Amino acid sequence: MEQLAPSPSPDPAVQRAPLSEGSEWTFELLDTYDREIGRVAAHFGLDTYPNQIEVITSEQMIDAYSSVGMPVGYHHWSYGKQFLSTQKSYKRGQMGLAYEIVINSSPCIAYLMEENTMTMQALVIAHAAYGHNSFFKGNYLFRTWTDAEGILDYLVFARNFIAECEQRHGEEAVENLLDSCHALMNYGVDRYKRPAKLSMAKEQARQTEREDYLQSQVNDLWRTLPPKEASEAEKKERRFPAEPQENLLYFIEKNAPRLEPWQREIVRIVRKIAQYFYPQRQTQVMNEGWATFWHYTLLNHLYEEGKLTDGFMLEFLQSHTNVVYQPPYYSRMYSGINPYALGFAMFTDLRRICEQPSEEDRRWFPELAGSDWVKSLDFAMRNFKDESFIAQYLSPRLIRELKLFAVVDDDQEEKLEIAAIHDDAGYRAVRQLLAEQYNLGNREPNIQVYDVNVYGDRSLTLRHYMHNRRPLGESTPEMLRHIARLWGYTVRIESVDQDGIVGMAGVCEV
Amino acid sequence: MSQLVDRRLSGKNRSAVNRQRFLRRFKGQIRKAVTEAVSGRKVADLERGEKISIPSKDLSEPIFHHGPGGRRNIVHPGNQEFVGGDRVDRPEAGAGSGGGKGSPDGEGMDEFVFELSKEEFMEFFFQDLALPDLVKKQLAAVPEVKRARAGFVSQGNPSNLHVVRSMKQAIGRRLTMASGPREALREAEEALEGLIAQGLGASPEADELREAIATLKARIAAVPFIDTWDLRYANRVDQPTPSSQAVMFCLLDVSGSMDENRKNIAKRFFMLLYLFLTKSYERIELVFIRHHTVASEVDEENFFSARESGGTVVSSALELMREIILDRYPSAAWNIYAAQASDGDNWEQDSLRCRELLTHSILPLVQYFAYVEIEAREPQSLWREYELVRASSPRFAMQRILGLEDIYPVFRELFSKKVT
Repeated sequence: MEQLAPSPSPDPAVQRAPLSEGSEWTFELLDTYDREIGRVAAHFGLDTYPNQIEVITSEQMIDAYSSVGMPVGYHHWSYGKQFLSTQKSYKRGQMGLAYEIVINSSPCIAYLMEENTMTMQALVIAHAAYGHNSFFKGNYLFRTWTDAEGILDYLVFARNFIAECEQRHGEEAVENLLDSCHALMNYGVDRYKRPAKLSMAKEQARQTEREDYLQSQVNDLWRTLPPKEASEAEKKERRFPAEPQENLLYFIEKNAPRLEPWQREIVRIVRKIAQYFYPQRQTQVMNEGWATFWHYTLLNHLYEEGKLTDGFMLEFLQSHTNVVYQPPYYSRMYSGINPYALGFAMFTDLRRICEQPSEEDRRWFPELAGSDWVKSLDFAMRNFKDESFIAQYLSPRLIRELKLFAVVDDDQEEKLEIAAIHDDAGYRAVRQLLAEQYNLGNREPNIQVYDVNVYGDRSLTLRHYMHNRRPLGESTPEMLRHIARLWGYTVRIESVDQDGIVGMAGVCEV
Repeated sequence: MSQLVDRRLSGKNRSAVNRQRFLRRFKGQIRKAVTEAVSGRKVADLERGEKISIPSKDLSEPIFHHGPGGRRNIVHPGNQEFVGGDRVDRPEAGAGSGGGKGSPDGEGMDEFVFELSKEEFMEFFFQDLALPDLVKKQLAAVPEVKRARAGFVSQGNPSNLHVVRSMKQAIGRRLTMASGPREALREAEEALEGLIAQGLGASPEADELREAIATLKARIAAVPFIDTWDLRYANRVDQPTPSSQAVMFCLLDVSGSMDENRKNIAKRFFMLLYLFLTKSYERIELVFIRHHTVASEVDEENFFSARESGGTVVSSALELMREIILDRYPSAAWNIYAAQASDGDNWEQDSLRCRELLTHSILPLVQYFAYVEIEAREPQSLWREYELVRASSPRFAMQRILGLEDIYPVFRELFSKKVT
């Protein structure tokens, strides 16, 4: 294993033969750089989907941004809004449009913006086409939840289906439905079950069948004349659903009494797309950290081989440093922990633990210290999500470097409490609390379908299981209106606190 | 392994539909913002885009999220002075530390600002005025052009095919293409006649000549009667319509009874006429005349802002207008339009004088004179006198209006003339 210094310090003996000198890019140069970066990536054992690198204009980049990374999207006003606000901040120069957009599909699509310099293009190729790409292909969440081969087809199917619905049922009806579905997107995810594979052909073939079947199922559930009069006790006994359901959109798709078949299909589309993005939301730190670590490592390696100029490296490092900057909590620029900074620092630190472990590292990570760093990093990338990754790998040394500290904000206390800081007593607590911070289950209110009044007014009751006494936000009444629009009858939400006491948190009467 | 694709030329404006959806959904808020923008603009400054801002909360997309309260653990970087177990005061809201991440769905700003393009702005402007679609289209269109003949070209569409020209071309081509064989034919025939005259009509030479003659005749016959490159098409080019100049007089009553709201309506009235004129004339001058008991020519700023007290003598404005026309805008060189807005108050004896001025000295000089009375009361003497004017002249239009949607009928004739 060769030694890579953390900062560029090329061996003067190496023959300098840069790939290019100026900052202008050409298609030939892009090709050359891509080959070189791909060669080094293969050398480090990065396993990727085939790449499709697309050169686009800044306007197209804004397009891509506003369709939340879906290369083919259905039409909705919220994407228009996103476009306008992205366009505005881009025009004001508040935001560069350099990295970021890469699509988890096979081939993996990465975008290069035409006005970028050669350096930036190379950076994006390394970051997106090799960093993110290998993460998409390797991480267990993506392997479980997304089907890179099928997604583009499915998105095409979704767009055509929604366009057809707009023609048949009017744009407004579709828009209202989509609004409500989007509101529930975060609750359209199966957290534990494995999803079925998607493909355009299968979807279309099964869709008609599903429509009829679903409708018949629903009608059965809502049969107005039960064959035998069930006894009162039995009615109380049998609750529907038998178990609380966490996937609200799935429950609505299968059971909402008043949705038309096409509406069920749209609910399903939004749910499928939510499911597709679910891994990305759970691996932000890891995904960005991994891609940043690799663009840094790959380009430094090329520099050491004498293939990059000093000017290239200066521009690259300047941009890289901006990306991984973590402002301290008292800074005006502070807005939470920067996932690039944390992820990059953790992977870099992991490599250090493997290569140059200290006595402390040997105590904390006995199985890592001195191991092959490429293998250890690969293992970490494949088998963790943000929460478990931090819980497993955040080292005391990194906690010290970042000067992490944990604050408890309890509305029953007059003051904030500093629960733990970067000292011997605090490492484990800080690590634990930071990991929890990335647990989607804690970040979002835990809301489940609790009961449907099958024999009565058909009302739907949701339950919010409170975590640390945290109440629901002010958007709740509006959210209930959206759910009631889908359900068609009265919707209630109850909050259950840690002692199991149930309180009413909101009602939307229909 | 990797594939490079140049996508720069494909898929432009992919978000155009989403943008339309966005505008449609928030048309209420946008229209309000457009109305405000119009009040802030000059009469001649309508056709450009505008920055529109909408309160962010109106267009938030809700999700379930936690509200304030309960017990929260937050990890921050950059500790300087704290040690474990410290108790510290809660930071002031907005200090950016300790407190959290701000609202989960908002962008931390109260206003959502975006640019409305010129076309979109006009669309919203027209919505208020209840213009018929045809007129809207006409106003929003680019300056008109006239199709004019410009010779003949060898390519065009079948409907422009020029038969006479094409046939002429064909004749020429046939002559040229057949001239060689024809020459040879004539020589061969002469030779054959010579042979026949010599009595050698049955010799092999004569047969050879006959064969040659037959071939030549076939070649001449094979020259096509008409061919694709004979076709000529009448050529037409776009010529901008002869543009000329116009002057528009804005006459506004600024007596005490004209309040802000009425002036606003009047402003729309002037704007609409101006817009109409920009479609027909390249150069337009604006003359602003305001009056109470006396009239004066002012610039646009003072035109809308001033408010005077006291009575009203409308004829003073008409008098001034006539003087200005005679002085600066000879009607031979200028198309003259006038728009007058008033609340209908006038000094009783003056109305008759107004009618005389209009019928005798102003209407003969102008293209169109539009009058609006922004008032809900019974018509006064001025209205009655003007009705007589309307009866006598097709160039005069008048209307009592209460709201913006009433403005358009004043111009109905003007627009319909343009349309036909």
